[in-house]
Amino acid sequence: MIRVLNAIVKREFKLAFSGSFDFALPLLFGVMVISLFPLGVSPGPEMLQKIGAGVIWVSAILASLLGLEKLFREDFRDGSLEQLRLSGQPFAVILLVKVVVHWLITVGPILILSPLFALFLNLTPLMFEALFLTLLLGTPMLSLVGAIAVALTLSLEKGGILLALLMLPLFIPLLIFATSAVNNAQLQLNYNGQLGIIAAMLMLAIALTPWSISFAVKVSQN
Amino acid sequence: MWKWLHPYAKTERAHQLAGTLFPWFALPGLILFTLGTVWGLVFAPADYQQGDAFRIIYIHVPSALLSMSVYASMAICGFIGLVWQIRTCYMAIAAIAPVGAVLTFIALWTGATWGKPMWGTWWVWDARLTSELILLFLYFGIMALYASFEDKLQAGKAVSVMAMVGVINLPIIHYSVEWWNTLHQGATISKFEKPSMAPEMLWPLLINLLGLALLSGALVLQRLRNEIVMRELRRPWVINMLKEQ
Repeated sequence: MIRVLNAIVKREFKLAFSGSFDFALPLLFGVMVISLFPLGVSPGPEMLQKIGAGVIWVSAILASLLGLEKLFREDFRDGSLEQLRLSGQPFAVILLVKVVVHWLITVGPILILSPLFALFLNLTPLMFEALFLTLLLGTPMLSLVGAIAVALTLSLEKGGILLALLMLPLFIPLLIFATSAVNNAQLQLNYNGQLGIIAAMLMLAIALTPWSISFAVKVSQN
Repeated sequence: MWKWLHPYAKTERAHQLAGTLFPWFALPGLILFTLGTVWGLVFAPADYQQGDAFRIIYIHVPSALLSMSVYASMAICGFIGLVWQIRTCYMAIAAIAPVGAVLTFIALWTGATWGKPMWGTWWVWDARLTSELILLFLYFGIMALYASFEDKLQAGKAVSVMAMVGVINLPIIHYSVEWWNTLHQGATISKFEKPSMAPEMLWPLLINLLGLALLSGALVLQRLRNEIVMRELRRPWVINMLKEQ
């Protein structure tokens, strides 16, 4: 079991970094979206501080949406997803590992660069702390819940826009709690409540989504 | 009971049953809804604070309540369909989703027209309004997902999963006014407590609620019949039925 999962993790990393630049595209997309806002809204530091957390969160959501599209697609096309399903190992756990590795590769860089974003948008250190914690707890949930919609639309040719329509409504509650945590931090208030709710959502997602994802993949494989 | 219930999973029996039930839903629904609306809009006393503007409650509250319960019924259909592998349930989801979307839209629209005189604005990003808007997007997502599959059996399974994932939004809508305590007012009627509303105002509301529920049921039944016929066009019983007409 552990050996199999190890092999899958190694394979995912190898595929991601083997020559193609795909893994960095969501990050670049996120950076682009963020840098559009100061130009579009206004470059005044107070204004940016006010909208900063929301902007970073929205671009993180859009970036992970973009990244998720490729989550199972190649494996579904060349049949390796079917082989994994037939491997005799628990399919849900295998898929969970794939989602986690995908999160590390595509969303991880966004987390690492988030201090830079905070600097761009003039967030205070306290606000950055809240932003980082909410991103750390929230984005894995994005990947897990999004993976269900990705798995459902695998067999469709035109996944993109449909995927956005299916996923974005589910992400709205997370966005509300995350930005309200950062707003509390801006006023130097306690934001443990919001963090707690996001953590609870993440726990629920870890517990329930692997089974839904594996069922959705089976539906797509028919 | 199982033996009695099981034949209805077959599309032919479901089609018949929906046909038999349809007038029982449509007629009382139409009568009650007309009665409740006329009573509420014309004869019920005006509110001492909100004046005549409060009368929009007679459309707004029934459609908002039903938008959620219709979603719940859709998710239950999805659950039954996935667990017992019943194709008719998938067709029911396809029949229910547009009805629910329209109810949600009516709730949002009447809410906006109520908000204009009361709050002075068409729209606020209040917790309940936002979550109701999410509900509308969920309905749209389910309709789009069902439409984009060629293989409708696969489509049915996919929308069942999606409908069940979206159930998480229902408690958020329902408790949003208590958890966030924002602009939207709290519940006026509730099952377990004495309603905070005068009886002569309450009766038309309850009648309208029942009437709209029956009407929605009638719409769903008719849509289910259409869906079954469209999916089963090649079956002998459908061909025979169409020939007879």
